[in-house]
Amino acid sequence: MAPVAQQPLHRALGLTDWEFDRICELLGRAPNDFELAVFSLLWSEHCGYKHSALLLKRFPTSGPAVLQGPGENAGVVDAGEGLAVAFKVESHNHPSAVEPFQGSATGVGGILRDVVAMGARPVALLDSLRFGELEDEHQGWMFSRAVAGVGHYGNCTGVPTVGGECVFDARYAGNCLVNAMCVGLLPADRVTRASMSGPGNLVVLYGATTGRDGIGGASVLASAELSATGEDKRPTVQVGDPFTGKKLIEASLELVEGGLVESLQDCGAAGLASSLAEMASKGGAGVDVHLDRVPLRETGMEPWEIMISESQERMVAVVEPGRLGEVEAVCAKWELPCTAIGEVTATGHLRCFAGGEPVGDIPARLLTDEAPRYRVEMRPRALERPVAAPVSPAAPDQLLRLLGSPNVASRAWVYTQYDQLVQSRTVRRPGLDAAVLRLRPSNRGLAVSLDGCGRLASLDPRAGGSLAVLEAARNVACAGGRPLAVTDCLNFGNPEKPEIAWELAEAIEGMALACEALGLPVVSGNVSLYNETDGRAIHPTPVVGCVGLVPDVRRVPGAWREGAAIYLAGAPELRLDGSEYQALLLGGPSGRPASPDLAAEAALVAFLAGIAPFSSCVHDASEGGLAVCLAECAIAAGFGAELELGWEDPVALFGEGGGQAIVAGHPGEIQTVAARHGVPLRKLGAAGGGVLLGIPVQELRAAYDSALPEALG
Amino acid sequence: MSAAPRPGVAVVAFPGSNDDGDAVLALEGLGANSFAVWHGEPALPPADAVVLPGGFSYGDYLRCGAIARFSPVMAAVRDFAAQGGPVLGICNGFQILCEAGLLPGVLRPNRTLRFVCRDVALRVEEAAAPFTSRCEAGQRLVIPVKHGEGCYFAPPDLLAELEAHGQVVLRYAPGENPNGAVDDIAGVRNRAGNVLGLMPHPEHAVDSLLGSADGALVLGSLVDFARDRLLAAAPQPAGARP
Amino acid sequence: MRATVLVRPKAGILDPQGEAVRGGLDHLGFRVREARVGRVIDLELEAGSAEEARAALEKMCRTLLANPLIESYEIVLDSEGAG
Repeated sequence: MAPVAQQPLHRALGLTDWEFDRICELLGRAPNDFELAVFSLLWSEHCGYKHSALLLKRFPTSGPAVLQGPGENAGVVDAGEGLAVAFKVESHNHPSAVEPFQGSATGVGGILRDVVAMGARPVALLDSLRFGELEDEHQGWMFSRAVAGVGHYGNCTGVPTVGGECVFDARYAGNCLVNAMCVGLLPADRVTRASMSGPGNLVVLYGATTGRDGIGGASVLASAELSATGEDKRPTVQVGDPFTGKKLIEASLELVEGGLVESLQDCGAAGLASSLAEMASKGGAGVDVHLDRVPLRETGMEPWEIMISESQERMVAVVEPGRLGEVEAVCAKWELPCTAIGEVTATGHLRCFAGGEPVGDIPARLLTDEAPRYRVEMRPRALERPVAAPVSPAAPDQLLRLLGSPNVASRAWVYTQYDQLVQSRTVRRPGLDAAVLRLRPSNRGLAVSLDGCGRLASLDPRAGGSLAVLEAARNVACAGGRPLAVTDCLNFGNPEKPEIAWELAEAIEGMALACEALGLPVVSGNVSLYNETDGRAIHPTPVVGCVGLVPDVRRVPGAWREGAAIYLAGAPELRLDGSEYQALLLGGPSGRPASPDLAAEAALVAFLAGIAPFSSCVHDASEGGLAVCLAECAIAAGFGAELELGWEDPVALFGEGGGQAIVAGHPGEIQTVAARHGVPLRKLGAAGGGVLLGIPVQELRAAYDSALPEALG
Repeated sequence: MSAAPRPGVAVVAFPGSNDDGDAVLALEGLGANSFAVWHGEPALPPADAVVLPGGFSYGDYLRCGAIARFSPVMAAVRDFAAQGGPVLGICNGFQILCEAGLLPGVLRPNRTLRFVCRDVALRVEEAAAPFTSRCEAGQRLVIPVKHGEGCYFAPPDLLAELEAHGQVVLRYAPGENPNGAVDDIAGVRNRAGNVLGLMPHPEHAVDSLLGSADGALVLGSLVDFARDRLLAAAPQPAGARP
Repeated sequence: MRATVLVRPKAGILDPQGEAVRGGLDHLGFRVREARVGRVIDLELEAGSAEEARAALEKMCRTLLANPLIESYEIVLDSEGAG
């Protein structure tokens, strides 16, 4: 690690002078180069959350169902009947910008291992992808490669990819967003944690061998803006190996099920340095690690390289010495290297050795608990005034254009590249709202969704934060799920810029308010900052994953039935500001979306979850507003509806920002349940016929189905 | 369920198999006693039928199925087939059987060069034991596919031979071919008729709650056949029942 | 003019496919220390001279045939004795 000429090593590693002085003060001496490298990674934004940790405290994180909140590899909630659900969403933005296929593949690999580290079997993946506009051929190529990478890892590891979203906006052209979420199942009484305990216990590294992957990679890279001239910052690309990943999942679960491990941790960003420091710190223990025992893929690796390598498909376990033989046997069965590289101590120190010689000695808690927590400077931005609604009425061709917009059109081109079926749980496949997984052998199920908010958040980050939470929860409710908890990924620009820090704080406030209104804890999450290219930030983009419980998967709504009464539930204030309609037809984004009425939104979510088992179709309006929502219902059913709805008001048809949903079923039940929840209803008509809003359903379908295949080939 | 005996159906699990658990689940639901057999086993436990499941054995590196076919258990599968035992290869299992020479032809990357997962309509070309006795010739089945390399290929002379001997068991319905397979071939069997490979996943179509129950006709046929073998072999002591 | 381009995973880059092939050979009793899997692309191109062809091939490799982040390439012109 030759320091950049004329620059102290700590600065080359991304530490400020203040941080370097603080390290010296905490250690009571100057760190050696090995120790400095470890500090630089653990104190990076990526590992240490130094610009976001204080803001993240705003989230509600507790609740009766929470078995594990933030701070572990994934959050865990009780799903009843002895079952628990582990889930988390995580970003892999910068690696995907460098190499979209491998970046997205290793992103999926990483989130799978996070869930496995909780002792859970991964049962579903979701992915949220944001790229530049598809008119730009390079963006189309990047997006295609990212989709292929997500599929490559999920398909090969036998975990179905059942949902997510994709958004195309020029603001992501230089900084794509690849967020992946994994959901896993485990017995409620067997939550495995990444905490070292019991001096004398062995620290076992198993999985792939270690090479120079991602040295100075994800961690340093994630803390520095991508620049067009940043050739030398390009890290060694980490290559995903889903075959080894699959074996690692199976071996890990066999170890957990056999009670052979005390603790598990994914070896992710910052490699062993981060895994060992976090495990030791959480358990209040120390660890002695012998780096020369780590099985290597390359020759001549230095101790510091071994310590921070981000080679994929590796896990760290704490094992009682008497069980090592059994652990080795399980790994041998799965053809995975497995080595005791150290042991737990009572020193509280992370002590590293190479060839028996000490190379570093750091109190573990200095790396984690003492990581700097900066109170970011914020500069509020005055929100724009709402834009006046257009005076000209809406028109049928506008609906067709919206349906053919890459941000609205059918996602079949994406999800048909994913195995949605493996593990035999997928009752409701990807398409609209949330997917539903059966908790077999019971008839209960999980509804899962992943939704973000970028364009609206750019106009009002607080409203955007709330809308991301509300959209995710509403989608779960549309599939008949009662939301249990959420996970979040905050994708923002450089938080050291006061206006970005304000966006971040506002979005967090909006998310927290929505979570409180819905009674939903945030149980896990991830922050991806510095998403800027040449000084220009992405839209502030909170992405929220929601998991809900479906009481009976035999009564999950699908397409509306002939003759069903169609109601519009919810009467929010809608605007075209920040909408897809504005972006496509008026230019934008500009103006200011309405602030959601959180009490009304919470009532709507409860109503939708309650009415879903009695309805043939429940679908909420999101991008493109009510008109697109109705069109999607008609396309799913294959026939249209007779509606008392005209083309006069573009805001009513295409406005966005507030919760409203289409519910189709028996009038009596719908009215009764809506009254119970205090949700306003408006009868729109009845399902039937080949036409919707005067347009043949085949025409709607043609526009909706052809957009992505035409843009992407 | 009646008291009909539950035939043993072995599902071979390779490193990288993904649909082994789904196959066991589906076969159990159809009245079999189904169990997984690890690829490293030198012998098969007593079984009346063998299934090679879907997935990505050995990551599908080099060529799909190329490495798995050398797994120790494959010699036992070969013996089982040679003695007339029914062997069903699904997706990756089909690829392994082709690589092992137990089935004719090869599976190439999809024409689109993309993985494809969706329901497809199939036409039953041959309705006969051991794999399609519960179907009728010409019957339409809806069963999902999910693969990146499912484009069946055989040279013209081999194709003519397959047709002549009724070895094409399943075809994609017109307009449904998801991968560019020659002559819309979705499933072929060997000349003796006791080894079938198919790209669609019948184990993912045994419950209409999860989309379709048409796959139960295929797997149910196999269970029927396996049960008949079990009954025919009843007096014999335990041991492999080829 | 005929040319062959050999594309290989760069030194140090993980090659899962090579690792699986090595393991497979190992199971068959072949003791192989390392296996790396690349690909061979045979081309027939129009070019006035070997230099011109090589320049074009270099560009093809950098822009399409190889991913320079993870792969190295080698160009063999037929006149130079490509197999």
